[in-house]
This record gives sequence, structure tokens and C-alpha cells, in this order.
Amino acid sequence: MSPEPTLAAARRPLEGSRAVAETVARCRPQVVPAYPISPQTHIVEGVGALVRGGELEHCEFVTVESEFGAMSVCIGASAAGARTYTATSSQGLLFMAEALYNASGLGLPIVMTVANRALGAPINIWNDQSDSLSQRDSGWIQLYARDSQAACDLHPIAFRLAEELSVPVMVCMDGFVLTHAVEPLDVPGQEVVDGFLPPYAPCQVLDPAAPLSIGAMVGPEAFTEVRYLAHHRMETAVQRFPELARRYAKLVGRPAEDLARGYRLEDARTVVVAMGSVLGTLEDVVDEARGRGLAVGAVELTCFRPFPAGKLRELLVDAEHVVVLERALSVGSGGILTAELAAAGVGAHARITTVIAGLGGRPVTAKALRKLIADATARRLPPMEFLDLDHDLLRRVHARENGR
Amino acid sequence: MYRIRVHGRGGQGVVTAAELIAWAAIYDGRYALAFPSFGSERTGAPVEAYCSIGDAPIRSREPVEAPDAVLVLDATLLNRPRIFTGLRPGGLVLVDSTAPLAVPGVPQLRTVPAARIALARTGRAMANVPMLGAFAAASGIVSLEAVHTAVGKRFSGPVSQANRDAVDEAYTYLTEAAREADEVDAPNATTASREVHHVA
Repeated sequence: MSPEPTLAAARRPLEGSRAVAETVARCRPQVVPAYPISPQTHIVEGVGALVRGGELEHCEFVTVESEFGAMSVCIGASAAGARTYTATSSQGLLFMAEALYNASGLGLPIVMTVANRALGAPINIWNDQSDSLSQRDSGWIQLYARDSQAACDLHPIAFRLAEELSVPVMVCMDGFVLTHAVEPLDVPGQEVVDGFLPPYAPCQVLDPAAPLSIGAMVGPEAFTEVRYLAHHRMETAVQRFPELARRYAKLVGRPAEDLARGYRLEDARTVVVAMGSVLGTLEDVVDEARGRGLAVGAVELTCFRPFPAGKLRELLVDAEHVVVLERALSVGSGGILTAELAAAGVGAHARITTVIAGLGGRPVTAKALRKLIADATARRLPPMEFLDLDHDLLRRVHARENGR
Repeated sequence: MYRIRVHGRGGQGVVTAAELIAWAAIYDGRYALAFPSFGSERTGAPVEAYCSIGDAPIRSREPVEAPDAVLVLDATLLNRPRIFTGLRPGGLVLVDSTAPLAVPGVPQLRTVPAARIALARTGRAMANVPMLGAFAAASGIVSLEAVHTAVGKRFSGPVSQANRDAVDEAYTYLTEAAREADEVDAPNATTASREVHHVA
């Protein structure tokens, strides 16, 4: 089912993190603050090496004492008119949380890669999407990459989108599964990125020669309006992101990223919705199921913030059963994406099922997805399911607790 | 699609071996995806890494559970059932060892003194790079030329040439071993070998 018959000549064997670092360097960031210690990826290491080696010029790489420091330096640098980038992961993102809201509230177009990882306790370094989804209300645009090529391609688009809208952007890519995988990847040439991403022209700059304050106190008389404007400004990304993605895709000769995309939706009665690297395995399993005559499709959600409600309603209009594959859990509620889809009016005429999958790095296997699709099409799925749950382990835990 | 699982211990270059096979396959013009079994890496702990090779983009990102080939960089791991889990019938098994080995149920197991070759050529007993040459010879899945390119890009200076020489030596070793196996009766070859048993 591959749309690409041959390997593009430009593709080199690269680790996902390295390819993202090289792509970010092509975007010519001027300040990159980073807390270089775990939880971190090779991305900032790679950017740092490119700065030190002179390949990324006019860029200050600042090692800071914490992720809170990293985002604070991002805020200062961006407010002073510099194109600013950083990357983090897991608990590191949480440690930034306070500053994340300041960055978006101040309208600073910072771009940050989040290598998605679980949150502790218990300690777990592996992949799921709990970290970035916990910051879904932080006022940042959130884009989720299905593979490392998409992660690369989303960065120049993210910088352009952030700077046009004055809204910070998180590019989320699954930790380890993408960041540590080696595959043929195409890093855009400098001339391609220069042609797409003009130099940053900030609409407000902190300048000692012309002093002003930004982010000063706003009381009840206007705070709601400030938030209203932020909401509507971010929502313009629903139009602007696909336009920019199409323009970028033409330059690099690849299919364009979109807010959300359907896969084999023709007459699909059961549609699985997911974000991130699970899409690859899922599409393989959808192909197999189609081969067995099952009317199954998939929807890939790339843009989680702003939430493209209209696009998703359109893609899922004919679905009888929407299965939402969630790589995070809202404890006490359930699936985060499910709730968003339901609020968007998806599933008004369809059953909607939550499947919590791949928490803390448990691989989402083709075998498990095959069974999931079989259960879904046979209407055997409960409203909420945990994929590959170890029932024996749970029984032992319950027995121990009851014996106490 | 052809799937490879590399086993070894932390510090033996398991991840690098899987990555360099992917590099070689990509230099051969094919698609490949390599990644490690993720964990808090500790020196000496069992580690595995995966490489899938195909003629179309590789979308699936699950670990390799049904390998066509298993490469073992440390023979002390052979008593672990995991090493052969899911191995396809008749699948390739290459183990770093200076002596022939026999594992019940795995008659196709072949050995290559990869660490010894590396020690002699590079001064470091890293089995991973010679194992690439052995894999190229035994499988034909990646070309020797592409392995040279991958190793040449990974290492620089004299180390690069020494590693490519190590690749060649392991490649030749496997090619000649295959020729001898054709000439000598297989039972005679196994009588001299050491038996390794699984831990149940």
C-alpha cells in the first residue's frame, strides 16, 4: 500500500533525534537553551554539536540548570526577538509547566520538541503520550508526528506557524520508538528551509532603547477577553497549518501533513483513531483486515491543539464505530482523546470506544491490534478497554490486597 | 520483510550492530528500520536490538518477535530461551565464538570468532563490527560493499580501515566455513563442538 515506489535519493540512514536536530538547525534558531540531563534526548545534544562545529551559525546554545530554567531562557530570548527552540521530555516538561503558560500568554513563538514519555511515579523512562497531553491546556499548539520523517517536516512548519500566529508550538514525537530509531530520512536542504521560513520578524520586542513591559497585570475587567483572543488566535491554525504544510510539502516532494488524515476510510464501518508512531503498525493491520474483507479504516490525528473538530467530524461522518487508541490515561476519567472527540460531536451517530494502549513503553503490537479490530468488528469491545492488560497480575494484586 | 534480532550485553555494541545493518541496507537502496529494546542501559546487562529490511517503507514499529536472523555477540547468553524465541524455521543464527558450538534444536547455528578478529584488527574485542561481515556472508541480505560504506561512515581515521579489514576477515571466514561444510560431513563437524543447553 506504499505510496512511495522508490527510495528518495536524498534519504540517509539517520537516528530520529539526529534528523530532527539537523532539521532544527536548518531553521536557524538563534537561542537554544537546554537542560542536557535526563529526561532528554539526543536532539539538543545534536543541536549543541552543530552549534559547536560551526554548522549552525549565529546561535547561542545555553545549558541551564533545569527545564524550568530552559523555558525561562526561551521566554527571555524570544521576547528579545530571537528565534528560540528547546526540547524536553516527561517530567522535564512538567517542570516547565509554569513557564509554558507564560510563553503562550505572552504570545512568544517558541518551538519545542517533546519526545513523548511516561510520567512517574513509578519511575518509567519509556514512551507514552502522558507528558504532552498533560499540558494540553497550556496554550501551545500541539502537533503529533506519526514517524521521524513527519517529525522533521513538522519543525519548519512549526516555526513558521508559531511566528505568524505568535503562538508557541510543541512538536511531539514518540520517545525511543521514533527518537532512537534509525531509518532512511530526508533532512531538508538549507535552501529549502530558507525559501519556506523567512527570518523571524517579531511583532513585539523587548529593547532597552525603547522600554516597554509585556505580560503586565490584567484584572477581571479584561482577563476573559485576553483568553478569548488567545483561543481564537490559536484556532486560526486550523486553516493556516494545512496551508503551510501543503506549501512545505511541495518544496520537499512529499505528501502534505494535515490536521488529521484518513486511511482506507472508503465504506469503513469501524475506524480507529490514533496519534503518533502507532499509526504505522495500525495501518499495516488495517491493510490485513481489509484483505480479510473487514470494513476497517484509520484516522491519524496530527494537530491536537487546536482540536480540529470539523475535520474529524468530516472524516468520521460515516463511521458506525469509532475506536480511540489512547497513549495516555486521564485517571478517574478515561481517554483524553475520546473526551475531545465526543465534545466535538464525533460519535453522535456512532459508538465510541476508548482503548488505553501502550502505557509506559508497552509495545503496541500488530497481534494486539489484530485482536482489537476483530473484537471491534464483532461488537465485543466494552466502552473502555486496556489493551494487553495482564489479568493474572491484577488478580494477584487484588488477592494480596483483599488478604490484608 | 527480513527481520534481524541482535543479542548481546550492554557495552558490546548491540545497538550499533543493528543500526549499521540498517545503514548498509539503506546504502544498498532498500528500506530499513533499526531500534534498540529500550531500557536503562547498564554495562553487562542483556540487551537486544532490532533491524527490519524491506523493499517498501517499513511502517510497523513493534519489536522483532519472529526474526529471520539472530545475531549473538556474547555466547554466554545462549542459555537464555529468549535468544531463540520466535526464530523462523531454519532462520540464520550467528554467534561470536572461537570454538564451534551446538545448541539442541538449533542445528543451523554458525559461529564466527568475531571478538577475536576485532581484537587482532582494531585492538578492541568488539564483536559487533566483524559480525556485520559475517552476516553479509551468511545471509546475502546486505552487500559487503554496503557494510564497508556503513562502517566507513561510522568510524574515522585508521580505526575505520581496521574495522573494514575486520569485516572482510569475518566475511571470508563465513564464506570459507560454508565451503568446508559442503565438503565435510555435518556430523563430523558437530562431534568436536561444545554443547550449550537451555536453562528451563
